[in-house]
Amino acid sequence: MPELFNLFSLLFDPFVEFQFMRRALFGCAVLSLGAAPVGVFLMLRRMSLTGDAMAHAILPGAALAYLLYGLSAVAMTLGGLAAGLLVALLAGATARQTNNSEDSTLAAFYLGSLALGVLLISAKGSNVDLLHVLFGTALALDNTALTLLLVTSLASLCLLTVVYRALVLECLDSEYLSSFGGMGKLAHFVFLVLVVANLVAGFHALGTLMAVGLMILPACIARFWFKHLGSLLVAATIIAASACWLGLLLSFYFGLATSPSIVLALAVGYVLSVLLGPLRGILRRPSAASLSNSNNREVI
Amino acid sequence: MTKVAAVTELALGYDPAQPILSQVSFALAKGQSLALVGPNGAGKSTLLNVLRGAMKPLAGQLDYSLNPRRDIAYLPQASMVDRSFPVNVRQFVSTGLWNQLGLWRGFRCSHRLQVNAVLEKLNIADLADSMLDQLSGGQFQRVLFARTMLQQSKLMLLDEPFNGVDEATVSLLLDELASLQRRGCTVVAAIHDLEIVRSHFERCLLLSGEAIALGPSREVLVADNIAQAWGETSSHLKPVPIEKEPASRYA
Repeated sequence: MPELFNLFSLLFDPFVEFQFMRRALFGCAVLSLGAAPVGVFLMLRRMSLTGDAMAHAILPGAALAYLLYGLSAVAMTLGGLAAGLLVALLAGATARQTNNSEDSTLAAFYLGSLALGVLLISAKGSNVDLLHVLFGTALALDNTALTLLLVTSLASLCLLTVVYRALVLECLDSEYLSSFGGMGKLAHFVFLVLVVANLVAGFHALGTLMAVGLMILPACIARFWFKHLGSLLVAATIIAASACWLGLLLSFYFGLATSPSIVLALAVGYVLSVLLGPLRGILRRPSAASLSNSNNREVI
Repeated sequence: MTKVAAVTELALGYDPAQPILSQVSFALAKGQSLALVGPNGAGKSTLLNVLRGAMKPLAGQLDYSLNPRRDIAYLPQASMVDRSFPVNVRQFVSTGLWNQLGLWRGFRCSHRLQVNAVLEKLNIADLADSMLDQLSGGQFQRVLFARTMLQQSKLMLLDEPFNGVDEATVSLLLDELASLQRRGCTVVAAIHDLEIVRSHFERCLLLSGEAIALGPSREVLVADNIAQAWGETSSHLKPVPIEKEPASRYA
């Protein structure tokens, strides 16, 4: 079975041989554990693009921390978290105060935030720094960054478990939840914190631009294969981790940039799911003719 | 009779200068049913919103001898449920146990039995594993009703619960309402079908800008009162015959 053995070594050797590959895989898998479940809720709340906006919004915080403390993972995490939450809260408050839709206020604040972030980085840092922040450094994760990823992901999972029921009911029927008190608002706020925290953790490994891909795409893929919320959450996490592994291999063998490789692997998975997914997949949908036949049968 | 709630000289609306409804007073006793009847815009839904505490009255007093947050269940006219959300009927109905379960408490066998019982009662046990977006309008109304029943509230507020629902579902829901009342639940419902009000609701409050009449349904829903609520030219009393358009109009 030499071919099978070859395939096996093709898939696993880089991780056995190289420590930086193991670290990258560990970091990305841990990231998937925290980000993918949050992504499922983002998608189900029709906030997929909000995730993208938030990913941009964290930039000035991270940039300011970078200017003050250099490439310190902890400082950049705290800065990013502060900036992301500030934008989310400002956008929400402005929408409520001015009776504007939240997507317009969020767009305004995140664009301002993004511009400020790019300005701050380009003012002092070199282009290499900008690239690091935008596209991450999955292959150069140090111990501090890995610990941060682990802590964020585990904390995120715990917090998600705590507010799970309220979050589900808030997504499903917020009016109903509000009849029992202010739990819905709390759940929404905790959820925003989780989104921002996971994005901030994500940008160490994948960069601000790509971090949101690992959050949203696995959820979008899982939706074509699984019906129930529980299965969606588990499947999205596994899909995210698998894509990290595949993306890292692609990047290793073909010398491609890591984070885009991971997100592109997910994007290909998404296209395949759109075509082949048993739920609403284009090629798996019963044709119009067979539908009308079955309707006729029912009538008869 | 135990009093559940009392409303005195209530005025409701959004603008104090132009209340939608004013001078409304009534008391609700345990196990009683009260239908709110009136033309569109009469303030039925607004009154229900005030009763459930989602809106403050402009004037007047609202006294409860129950805990409004725990003991009131409300079924809105158009529910805001996201039916594409991936939960099945059983899981959705279980959310009616929020007061018992909250964020933390475990979903035990007794809870499962409560959910099963209410699904059986409303004839939707066979739909328990269906997803919400697979249900018809009537089935979904039963599911919503099941969740509301599961709250085991003392006061049930229903906003047009029979709108766009098939007859079998209407009679099933009416039977369940009657059995809830026998167990001491007070029911207040905005209803536009006067026949249902006459045959199934003990008391009726006729509204149109103010309380026109309050009392036993059959005594309230008489021609004079209806005429006053809907106006003299009401289509309810004097349906305007459809006249043929003069041909010359199109010539």
